[in-house]
Amino acid sequence: MIEGILVEGLIYGIMVLGVFITFRVLDFPDLTVDGSFPLGAALMVQCILLDVNLWLALLVAFIGGMLAGMVTALIHNHLRVPNLLAGILTMTMLYSVNIRILGNRANVPVLEHETILTKVSERFSGIIPDEYILLLFFIVVAIVIKILIDLFFRTDLGMTLGAMGNNEQMVISQGVDPKTLKTIGVGLSNGLVALSGAFAAQYLGFADVGLGQGIIVSGLASVMIGEFLVMKSNRIGVLTLCAILGSILFHAVLYLGRYYGYVIHMTPNDLNLIKGILIIILLILTQAKKLKKVAIKAVVEK
Amino acid sequence: MIELKNVSMLFNPGTVNENLAISTINLKVKEGDFITVIGSNGAGKSTLFNLVAGTIIPSQGTILANDRDITREPEYRRARYIGRIFQNPLLGTASNMSLEDNMMITYRKGFKWLKRSLNNKMREFFRAELVQLEMGLEDRMKENLAMFSGGQRQALTLLMMVLSKPELILLDEHTAALDPKNAEIVLELTNKFIREYNLTSMMITHNMSHAIEFGNRLLMMDKGEIIFDVEGDAKRELTVEKLIEKFHEIRHASFGDDKALLSP
Ligand SMILES: Nc1ncnc2c1ncn2[C@@H]1O[C@H](COP(=O)(O)OP(=O)(O)O)[C@@H](O)[C@H]1O
Ligand SMILES: [Mg+2]
Repeated sequence: MIEGILVEGLIYGIMVLGVFITFRVLDFPDLTVDGSFPLGAALMVQCILLDVNLWLALLVAFIGGMLAGMVTALIHNHLRVPNLLAGILTMTMLYSVNIRILGNRANVPVLEHETILTKVSERFSGIIPDEYILLLFFIVVAIVIKILIDLFFRTDLGMTLGAMGNNEQMVISQGVDPKTLKTIGVGLSNGLVALSGAFAAQYLGFADVGLGQGIIVSGLASVMIGEFLVMKSNRIGVLTLCAILGSILFHAVLYLGRYYGYVIHMTPNDLNLIKGILIIILLILTQAKKLKKVAIKAVVEK
Repeated sequence: MIELKNVSMLFNPGTVNENLAISTINLKVKEGDFITVIGSNGAGKSTLFNLVAGTIIPSQGTILANDRDITREPEYRRARYIGRIFQNPLLGTASNMSLEDNMMITYRKGFKWLKRSLNNKMREFFRAELVQLEMGLEDRMKENLAMFSGGQRQALTLLMMVLSKPELILLDEHTAALDPKNAEIVLELTNKFIREYNLTSMMITHNMSHAIEFGNRLLMMDKGEIIFDVEGDAKRELTVEKLIEKFHEIRHASFGDDKALLSP
């Protein structure tokens, strides 16, 4: 059970890193995510069915997600559409695209096929207890991705992306086109989200066009839970770690809801409601925390 | 260096809010000029800077940089050779990043690639440059900029702009949001850097005596026009009284509300 929560938390944690990049680093609330997550799943599943090299398939999913994110950024940049609407447009279009990729079906299973996860399980079976293989695998995957993101945000380009979310004028004054930066940032974010979708499809054993429903809400809730773990930090390494931990905690909460919710007559249909309420509670708590800080400051300054 | 030819800026054309903010301006900024710009609120000073910097595109006329037509060149491209500091000290730097990260981002103009330029050699270089500000910032390079005062951030923005060697700098009341002591410090630094690096500069100020004291040339703006342009000896002989007299003479109008804004 605990492995299940951790594995889910880590798989979706990759998506949470993507959401963290758009919402927190770029200050670009991006809703493409609900479409790019199933896009990654669909591309992965289709590649598996076509016997494409599995690692190449992951790359295909990543690039697919990246292109989706770039479409959103381009719509926003060049048609002067607000970023929320641009994301919704892409997400809506992706719904059709995803069904196409799945061969005009809404759900395609890959249970009988070899996936990265079955390969890893076979390879380490007998060396590591079976129930821990996937957990260890995803811990490694999450850490590698986290470190790559941390390194990226320490480069000149990464730092400039970070500055843009805070102060767009500064970036312009440095001779950099914020449009280009947004395209790169939102692209990268959706690449990660699609990668997460590709792993999720293999873990679940299928791709479904409905997989993305509410992903953005889960992602945001996870980011916000993560932010509660550390009061304040501007160190990218700490922030990305919090995002992943937030995802794990979020999945623990979901798990409780799923398995013990019946006590309060909750059904699986209520989960989305629970997610929404969770975010609202987090928002209220954040506000309270902020107000408290302001109050303390006011007292100190007197 | 920069030349404006018959430049006009009409905001919201064809609406009730139609506003001719800049009315057929001709201006030639020569290399090495340090121009102070004065004028009442709404005279069009910031709009003039926005046109030069490329934030807005003129309704009419052309803008040249070293005889090259840059009228439609986007702001981020012009930023590679035009530096700019705003009244709001928060606009020059990123609050959520450390001092050294900010310096690294602002050190070189143009697109940033996937390499990591911030190393100990860069840090040493930044530290040495920060000493010039005499604010003790060289010992706080890992601190978040949110921890710094407006004056410190404005001084830092100024230093970084100078280090990037722009061909022209635009200062839009960059000390107006600071407390008097910090305003003084930043203004002194500005003057020092402009002389030391022989920077071509334009500085908007609300303070007539500053406009007279600093620079080699003075522009007075009113209702979207440059109504007075002096340089050299004529500028050196100016006093606040003469300047006010000049305004009356040109406009045949009393200062009215403007007097307060143009006070020394
Ligand atoms: N982006 C804009 N849209 C519409 N009107 C503007 C805009 N920017 C400035 N203006 C108008 O242009 C006039 C000149 O403004 P500005 O250049 O800011 O004056 P100042 O000399 O005080 O800096 C004002 O009437 C102002 O309302
Ligand atoms: Mg102004």
